[in-house]
Amino acid sequence: MSDQSQPTRPVLTRLLLVLVPLAAMLGAFVWIASLDPLRSFNNGAPAVEALTVERTILDEAGIGLLVRAGGSEPMAIAQVAVDDAFWTFTQDPPGPIARGDTVWVQIPYPWVLGEAHLVNMLSNTGTAFEHEIAVAVPTPKATGGQLRLQALVGAIVGLLPVALGLMFYPAMRGVGRGGMNFLLALTVGLLAFLLIDMTSEALELAASAAALFQGSAMVWLAGLASFLLLMAIGRWRGTPEGLALAFYIALGIGLHNFGEGLAIGGAFAAGSAGLGTFLVLGFALHNVTEGIGIAAPMLRVRPPLWTFAALTLLAGGPAVLGMWAGSLAYAPQWSALALAVGAGAILQVMVEVTAYLMRQNNDRQVVLFAPAVLGGFLAGLAFMYATAALIKV
Amino acid sequence: MPADTERFVDPSRRALLVGGLVAAGGAAIAAGSARSQSVPDPMAGHDMSNMPSDPYAAPMSGMAHGNMTTVGLVDHGRNGFDPTSMLTDWETGRTELLPDGRTLRTFEIDAIDREIEIAPGIFFPAWTFNGRVPGPALRAKEGERLRIVFRNLGSHPHSMHFHGIHSARMDGVPGAGLIGPGEEFIYEFDAKPFGCHLYHCHALPLKRHMHKGMYGLFVIDPDPARQTDPAFTAIAASRLHGSPENAEWQELAMVMNAFDTNFDGANEVYAANTVGQAYMNVPIQIDKTRPVRIYLVNVTEFDPINSFHLHANFFNYFDTGTTLTPTLRTVDLITQCQAQRGILEFSFAEHEDGMYMFHAHQSEFTELGWVGMFDVRGPAA
Repeated sequence: MSDQSQPTRPVLTRLLLVLVPLAAMLGAFVWIASLDPLRSFNNGAPAVEALTVERTILDEAGIGLLVRAGGSEPMAIAQVAVDDAFWTFTQDPPGPIARGDTVWVQIPYPWVLGEAHLVNMLSNTGTAFEHEIAVAVPTPKATGGQLRLQALVGAIVGLLPVALGLMFYPAMRGVGRGGMNFLLALTVGLLAFLLIDMTSEALELAASAAALFQGSAMVWLAGLASFLLLMAIGRWRGTPEGLALAFYIALGIGLHNFGEGLAIGGAFAAGSAGLGTFLVLGFALHNVTEGIGIAAPMLRVRPPLWTFAALTLLAGGPAVLGMWAGSLAYAPQWSALALAVGAGAILQVMVEVTAYLMRQNNDRQVVLFAPAVLGGFLAGLAFMYATAALIKV
Repeated sequence: MPADTERFVDPSRRALLVGGLVAAGGAAIAAGSARSQSVPDPMAGHDMSNMPSDPYAAPMSGMAHGNMTTVGLVDHGRNGFDPTSMLTDWETGRTELLPDGRTLRTFEIDAIDREIEIAPGIFFPAWTFNGRVPGPALRAKEGERLRIVFRNLGSHPHSMHFHGIHSARMDGVPGAGLIGPGEEFIYEFDAKPFGCHLYHCHALPLKRHMHKGMYGLFVIDPDPARQTDPAFTAIAASRLHGSPENAEWQELAMVMNAFDTNFDGANEVYAANTVGQAYMNVPIQIDKTRPVRIYLVNVTEFDPINSFHLHANFFNYFDTGTTLTPTLRTVDLITQCQAQRGILEFSFAEHEDGMYMFHAHQSEFTELGWVGMFDVRGPAA
């Protein structure tokens, strides 16, 4: 190792070498804070104020908003107007809101089912922060019946299609080299669609989060970190293939389905999407390919029966968890983070499935542009794009 | 678009489809057991477990529509003016007799930058006349010589433009009495015609100078001696501030104004005399044995029209106050364009004691602060 060639310093010296810059940093901060050398830049402009609504609760007590302050100084909500009418409200905890802190604003406003409302929070400088409630519906509560209903919807959009897709496994086993290539490429194609879909959704969500979360950077970095970590874990003992690869695909798809559950649950809670049967069936059809994708890499092995149940649960189960989380504890930055982590996982399995596909063939580079592979990839993209038309509202 | 998607499939077929799918899949194991008897219907999630969804129906205390109000109270002491005292706080200046026997009335007005609290906790960086918004309610008598000593202590050029009859030199527009910070100008003209008028800063951009708070009432009382008909003499006397006939009346000065606190060209707070909801928190005391006269002017920016509606009563209206006979009789609502003004006369003599509301009948203005109460009572028992 190279560091052995370095002369070893006493521990005390090394400690000092760290402490000196730290002390200098501390001193500089104290000096800047006490002398305020930037005072001459003060042009009389009022403090920057920012207020982001992270959750909206509509119930028999009126409207509840979880708001996060992001101003340069602590800020106060002086008045609240709903639909251009000043309304009483309580703030918990009361008083000025420090940067990054959240408070609950409770407004005893008789909202109207199915109609839109506009909440306007005025700070003490008169700055207005508007929050639109597109369609007022009661926010789901964590009752047993509610959780069961959401689990049912989650099962239909997550578990059911994966299971249906896996049921093609016996039929798929018979395919030859070309069919195998086609199926693996199909898997990569559908994963590519999911990657793009999740990333754009994560960025969209991140844009509505408070600025201090740096939404866009958070999404890209979380996705990259998740990709790198999963790659490292996956290659701990050689490159994954067969059953292991199937499980990684299931994990990536599971994270995607968690994000999908979040989106449905969140939209459901916000009243912005009516969860019609057509929509639920669209999701189910959209996700059937996921089962096929999971099955593709294990066609050459003979997995025990329990693995199919485990794969179904891993890939589809998170949809149920996502439904619960999305409708009960919705905040844009956490949803964006979950989607970003899922996007990283999807990218990992895309890389691994492609690597597997190349290893299965002798002419490693050429195979990527073989008609079966290119056709499979494009078919995967096209199928996902076409079925997504059913679920985008 | 909540229910759009369900229209594609009729309910019975929908139930069949989903039921079939759940059965065939064999994967929705947990789900199937969760709802064993009935056919699973994803739309059932939409009823939100039959929670009371209508807050009107919910037995929630404090949920009444009486919650339509601002929270807290404005610190009038810090503002330096109180909407209740502003109702009757007429600025009459100081008078002296001119050699020709006429009265010279002198007002001193300073333009001052000042942050004011326009609704509880909401502060507005106002430009003011004499530190208050609206500026002092100037009152003079028809035919008097008026001298207004105007000093600009603010940070921008300002002026006083009077709605009245005067020479071009005294008009308060650029080149005629518009002065920079630190300067002084003396406006001089005769008080005419009698009526309910206003003054405001006419510096440009006018919209900004208006809505920042530079306006006030300018009332010229009729001179009874100029009336030939005895009936009109009595009416004119009742309008003349300080006369015994005038003392019978309860006169109130109201300026309908509004504030665009985030400077987006639309108002956030509406009021009469600046402070939103002020006369809801402190109702205006009315002795029902005495008639009421309101000098009303609209200086609301951005919204073209404001209005005044009186509950449970009707009034006579004198548009611009330049006549002694009403221009509108027996109405309970009048509208005023920007800078339009007039005099309202009414009586509660025949009414029960109680709280009688008044407000703009643009509901939006009402609910954003322009609403108040008359606390009408008989003579103290």
